[in-house]
Amino acid sequence: MLIAGKACLILVLATSLYGIAASLYGARTGRREWVASGRRAVYAVAATTALAFVILEAAFLRSDFGFTLVTTHSSTTTPAFYRATAVWSSQEGSLLLWLLLLSLWSSLILFLTRRRLREIAPYATAVLLGFAVFFAAVLVFLETPFQQASPAPAEGMGLNPLLRHPSMMIHPPMLYSGYTLFAVPFAFAVGALITRRLNADWIRGTRPFTLAAWFFLGVGIVLGARWSYSELGWGGYWAWDPVENASLMPWLTGTAFLHSVMIQERRGMLKIWNVSLVLATGVLAILGTFLVRSGILDSIHAFGASTLGVPFLALIVTMIVGSIVLVASRASDLRSDHKLDSLLSRESVFLLNNLVLVAMCFVIFWGTFFPLISEAITGEEASVGPPWFDQYTVPLALMLVLLSGIGPVIAWRRATASNLRRNLLKPALAGLVVLAVLAALGAASEPAALLMFGLGAFVLAAVSQELWRGVRARRAMSGDAAPRALVQLVRRNRRRYGGYLVHAGVSVLFIGIAASSSFQDEKEVLLKPGQTATVGAYEVTYVKPTADLKAAPNGRLEKIDFGARLRVTRDGEKVADMTTVKSYFPSLAPFLGPISRFFEGEATSEVGLQAGWRRDIWTAIAPDIGSLRPRIEEGDKVFSGANLSPEQRDAFLGQALTGLTRSYANDPPPATFRLIVSPMVTWIWIGALIAFLGGLIALWPPPRGARSRVTAGYAAKVGREVRIPA
Amino acid sequence: MDLLLVLVVVALIALLVSAPLRRRGALEEEESAERAELEAARDAKYREIRDAELDHRTGKLSDADWRAQDRALRAEAVDILRRLDELGPGED
Repeated sequence: MLIAGKACLILVLATSLYGIAASLYGARTGRREWVASGRRAVYAVAATTALAFVILEAAFLRSDFGFTLVTTHSSTTTPAFYRATAVWSSQEGSLLLWLLLLSLWSSLILFLTRRRLREIAPYATAVLLGFAVFFAAVLVFLETPFQQASPAPAEGMGLNPLLRHPSMMIHPPMLYSGYTLFAVPFAFAVGALITRRLNADWIRGTRPFTLAAWFFLGVGIVLGARWSYSELGWGGYWAWDPVENASLMPWLTGTAFLHSVMIQERRGMLKIWNVSLVLATGVLAILGTFLVRSGILDSIHAFGASTLGVPFLALIVTMIVGSIVLVASRASDLRSDHKLDSLLSRESVFLLNNLVLVAMCFVIFWGTFFPLISEAITGEEASVGPPWFDQYTVPLALMLVLLSGIGPVIAWRRATASNLRRNLLKPALAGLVVLAVLAALGAASEPAALLMFGLGAFVLAAVSQELWRGVRARRAMSGDAAPRALVQLVRRNRRRYGGYLVHAGVSVLFIGIAASSSFQDEKEVLLKPGQTATVGAYEVTYVKPTADLKAAPNGRLEKIDFGARLRVTRDGEKVADMTTVKSYFPSLAPFLGPISRFFEGEATSEVGLQAGWRRDIWTAIAPDIGSLRPRIEEGDKVFSGANLSPEQRDAFLGQALTGLTRSYANDPPPATFRLIVSPMVTWIWIGALIAFLGGLIALWPPPRGARSRVTAGYAAKVGREVRIPA
Repeated sequence: MDLLLVLVVVALIALLVSAPLRRRGALEEEESAERAELEAARDAKYREIRDAELDHRTGKLSDADWRAQDRALRAEAVDILRRLDELGPGED
């Protein structure tokens, strides 16, 4: 099926080029049949890409080592679950997934808008197909996933052990969905600029896609953080790594856009800002993809050096230059219809929120690209670490949380002093009370965290107050009981209350970040079995070592696990028994000996984690392999001198490695343990879940019947107004 | 097998993209596109009216401000309805 797969990609490339030509011809001549043909080319691209993806996925699932990609990224010992996800662990497979998602979202938006945005849609189609051409060309000419392995090996190299984590099943598709969905508002913004149809129509038409991009990218970022926390063995969830930053930047500008477009929809203001924001978000989404694939910056998440740097750079430059030219040439059409009525208004709060989000994005951009900037200026590569990022992002995050509390309670256009007092008094009091109580309890040692707790309480109180008042208003109109009134209120105003829930979730998430990063106890200790170390208020005892040689279902030796059982106590009372393991996967490098290859390949950490509402106890082991070195080298020598059949070799290797693991378990050398006690980490995940639930509520379309009823009711009211002169 | 699959895919793509070119008369009318856009604008306007009403009921808008906003929004909604009426009866 290699030929069929390759042919599908060539067809995708050709169909995309045809679709661009048909759409542009149809738009220029006004011949709708050509526009419709161009739109159908997008559907064809999606279907053909899906076929190529299915061919590749099937090859992975049946371990067809005739595909080079399957050989280098999977093996018969890789569990079926991970064989299915191994497709996107490779550069080529992930690019194909990117193209598939892009074509699917493009098809969906073009189908939904087939009777709307008629002037804009053909140009948007051409832009979306332009992206498809780029990725299809890369897959056809540079990084083809359908390369033949000749001769086909009997066994593959296996999936990178670090990627054998459930999060990896959905983390990349979520991130790519976010990136590719941001291509939709980008394409329609370009179409709106070209056709000068710069009212809010294109914003309304693409809003579900912008919101979905925000949602999926956010889920991807949080899943990545969770993977980092539980799999990478360093104990943190965010390291300001370039690839992490690359995903956060478009999410921040996308968040800003979701807020500022409300001002354009209501007041016809900020048109130039909104198109610039969405164009920047589209560029940043491609920049994120570029960072992961070019090998330009070092990152644990990146695919390493590749030949894709130049093509991606060319695409980014084209997008930036094109965007600037389009915005500059349409400046007169982008003038605002109204001016800001008052500084005390929701518009002002949204503007401030936008400035904070964009400033945050700029800080992250500068810090991420600092190694390149410094090399260009001084000739030496220098990088900035988490303290540098924290120095700027912490105050900006505090401002952001404050604004997310004010936003929901302040009026559009103009808020009066009495109005503000009425709406802000109780949330502000709640924030101050929390601040005072926590300061009295000793949290004043970390002023930024203390302030975040106070501001978080302010936001939660503001959102609760809004919900309470909404329910009260609803009950006054319908006479429903409070729970039903709440459900009806949210159902009828999904966007508003979904958004408020996002604010509440984000403030909970920030509270979790502030607590866990400011009040964390951390220690790295060398322990022998029976020894105890103290971390924070807890005593951690190394009870006994564990050692195991694991074989795959087909009998092939898969990995060696060295670990430890630990007991955690507090004031003599048992809190938890924990296990942490370091797994060693064999390298396939031919120059390594049969024993030493197990300790020269990839190694993963299985962390010991006792998560709770108040605190997490986290531990990871780093066994001292050095003491085993003489035995490992001796084993290698024995094997290199022996004349054995493959069966004998496998049997003796199993015995030798079993002996090695037993020796570790019986006479363990001291092991290094990283011990961390972090308060409220669980609240980061809970906050994210609340925020995503809010996002889903805002995203969910209202039921068709309910929409019609509302429409009919208001139509009657509007009809009465017509008869009454204003 | 591969060749057959490729030929089928090529044929399906050709059929799909050429369909609008082969039946020009059956294309959806311009009018339905304009109607869809006006209906979207009408729904958005109604949402704004509801939002303003909720802001008023939850204490964010004074009586005077709400009346002024409500009147302006309804006038805009009326304009949209008038334009919809001018298109004649819709499909539903």
